[in-house]
Amino acid sequence: MAKIEKDRTRELRELGGYSLLRYLWRLLTSMRTALILLLLLGLASIPGSIIPQRTQNPFQVQDFFAANPTISPWLDRFYLFDVFGAPWFSAIYILLFISLIGCLLPRLNHYRKAIFERPSRPPQTFENSEGFFTVDGDLDRVLEWLKKNRYRVERFDGQLSAEKGYLKEFGNLLFHLSLLLILVGIALSSLFGMRGEAIVNEGERFINTPVAYDNISPGRLYSLDSMQPYRIDLNDFTAKYNPITNQALDYQLKVTIRDGLDSKPRDGVMRVNKPLTFGSSRVFLQATGYSVSVTVRDSSGAVTFQGPVPLLPQDPNLTSAGAIKVPDMDPGIGFVASFIPTIKRDPVRGAFSSFPEPLDPHLLLAAWQGDLGMDEGKPQSIYRLDTSKMERIALISMKPGEIFDFKVGSITFDGYLPWVNIQVIHDPGKRPALIGGFCALFGALGMLFIHRRRIWIRLSEQGEGNSIEVAGLTTSGEEKLREDLASLKVFLSEKGSGGSVT
Amino acid sequence: MGNRSMAFLSNDLVYSAIVVFALAFILHAIETAWSVRSGEGRNLDRSRTERVARNATGLIVLADLILFAGLITRGLSADRLPLGNMYEFSITGAFAFTTAYLVALRKFPIRWLGLFVAGGALLTLGTAVTLLYVESAPLVPALKSPWLVIHVSAAIISGGIFLLANSIAAVYLILEKIERGGSRGNWASRLPSLDSLDQLTYRLIALVFPLWTFSIIAGAIWAEAAWGRYWGWDPKETWSFITWVAYAAYLHARVTAGWKGKKAAWLCLIAGSTFLFNYIYVNIWGTGKHTYSGL
Repeated sequence: MAKIEKDRTRELRELGGYSLLRYLWRLLTSMRTALILLLLLGLASIPGSIIPQRTQNPFQVQDFFAANPTISPWLDRFYLFDVFGAPWFSAIYILLFISLIGCLLPRLNHYRKAIFERPSRPPQTFENSEGFFTVDGDLDRVLEWLKKNRYRVERFDGQLSAEKGYLKEFGNLLFHLSLLLILVGIALSSLFGMRGEAIVNEGERFINTPVAYDNISPGRLYSLDSMQPYRIDLNDFTAKYNPITNQALDYQLKVTIRDGLDSKPRDGVMRVNKPLTFGSSRVFLQATGYSVSVTVRDSSGAVTFQGPVPLLPQDPNLTSAGAIKVPDMDPGIGFVASFIPTIKRDPVRGAFSSFPEPLDPHLLLAAWQGDLGMDEGKPQSIYRLDTSKMERIALISMKPGEIFDFKVGSITFDGYLPWVNIQVIHDPGKRPALIGGFCALFGALGMLFIHRRRIWIRLSEQGEGNSIEVAGLTTSGEEKLREDLASLKVFLSEKGSGGSVT
Repeated sequence: MGNRSMAFLSNDLVYSAIVVFALAFILHAIETAWSVRSGEGRNLDRSRTERVARNATGLIVLADLILFAGLITRGLSADRLPLGNMYEFSITGAFAFTTAYLVALRKFPIRWLGLFVAGGALLTLGTAVTLLYVESAPLVPALKSPWLVIHVSAAIISGGIFLLANSIAAVYLILEKIERGGSRGNWASRLPSLDSLDQLTYRLIALVFPLWTFSIIAGAIWAEAAWGRYWGWDPKETWSFITWVAYAAYLHARVTAGWKGKKAAWLCLIAGSTFLFNYIYVNIWGTGKHTYSGL
């Protein structure tokens, strides 16, 4: 260690451009640096598990901003809401990647030579080596045992040198190369991958084009033009719930699938763990909720709004909330809507849902009149009504089929239907990552459970005739070596009593 | 769906296991106390303490079997493996931990660990029945998959072995401190040498590291099937990665940097605490996708 440090400082003193590069390369590819980077990667991911992340829960990030207005912009400046996409996070793993390559190249080269290497000459003295013993026997018997135990043997006039466990280093290299493969897989996933989500009502259809998505996040090198235009018709959705715990038991969606716009239709069923597959894209059934169908009329009776409006579930019992916006009336009309599949009332919580299935469905509305704020061109959530420039004109509770008249018009609750959240994921990196994962596993097994060990044997000098000396050497597998030596001893003494007359 | 009487039987069995673990704990405590006392000048009657320790092991075996029956009935009551929520993870984890001890006991002289094992099992089961208990019920749709069984069992077995390795590392540190202040007291003289504790910790971790790797891979496969991404940096995933990195660092530190003894034991404890943090913090206060199993 100390010598290396000294070399380093000397190199530092003679820094030319080239040697500076070489110095940096050596520094980066030293095993210590690789280890430090690995630990840093672990440390760097901690904030990502404690501070809410945009990729996982954007709403929580918003709440966090609202609760900590002073510190949040600062956290944001350091990408702490996008830890796993942050430049500093990428920097760590790219450096680790390079460092790993730099570590592995010389070792691969070394292993390429070592794999054909013959065992080296035994040392002058055996007595200080591990497990030294002398025993009666002859070299042929020893050879027989070594062959049987798949040792690689080399003869040096009257001495044997045998070695085993070459696959340990293979496992080690395989393990580290596989980590690289996993990193490649992750890079492929994020560069060429795509994920998108869409809320689709039962009875409607989904065609795979960019506009069909509520949100879509393509990887940097993913081409939106190359999307396969498959089509899925959502025919029938059923959800089963446990009547005691209210937990969802099963979602089932019957669909008609077309691989392209002109392809032949075929029937299929989607479940939570049973996605549809199109090439390396998969379509998942993710969640469910309710849409409410309403018709809004102005005071003259003309229809100003009609159709199903998706609402977002607020709790496991599918109390759903959202907004109905009617900009085509003057002044604008908006409703803060909540749909309650099985209504229950409580003095503290007010109205809430006690079961996710529509056993006693109600639509609760707050009608607002004023400026919807939709003309300013600012993007708005379709689930939230901005009531800052509006005035509340009515509170309404309706059952399906009912009509309510507010001052300037009426609203009809036509009915409700389930929607499903479809998630499409295109992930070309998952196969390399999976292969990498399993290779890493096998590599780890080899590197941890195979032990490299040497055994030396020579005819004893002071002993008469058949006495031989045995010793061993290992860096990692003391116990394995001890077992081998014991087994050799037993093997020699078994026949040694009768058969060593030659 | 949930077969009520089976679930009640399971609860009774788990409570019985707790009682038997408590008895084993008491026997181990008595044995340790005797050894300490007889170490102070009086003659140490090894055969007597040995007999008590053997009985304690017998009780741990019995408790383990009862707990196993409790797991089976819990599984039957919900028609699935008992790996669906934190209560079930805890009782299965306690089972994995004690079984790891009993299996290791056949190969290594670690009967002295019994006090920790019985104590640890008591603590885990006690927390499970008081704080984490939920009614037996079938799974939410996203949890239904054969990979659940593979992933969670691998994770729980790994957890059991991690805890065992950490207990040994902790004992190492305690004994190391005692030895530094002089020779070991008589009661501690029957414990293995520092060197062999150090080796044992290393071998357990070398054994469990591939299993933990596999558990993460199986989880990734399951996540890909259930949520569409094999890795999403959800808090649980992040912390299992951190644990993986920490134990990889432990193995590296030993093999390439030659760390041994005290430094290695501390590193092992740090790595183990990331595992515990993942299990306790993320399950209870976390917000990721792993937390929707109702504790």
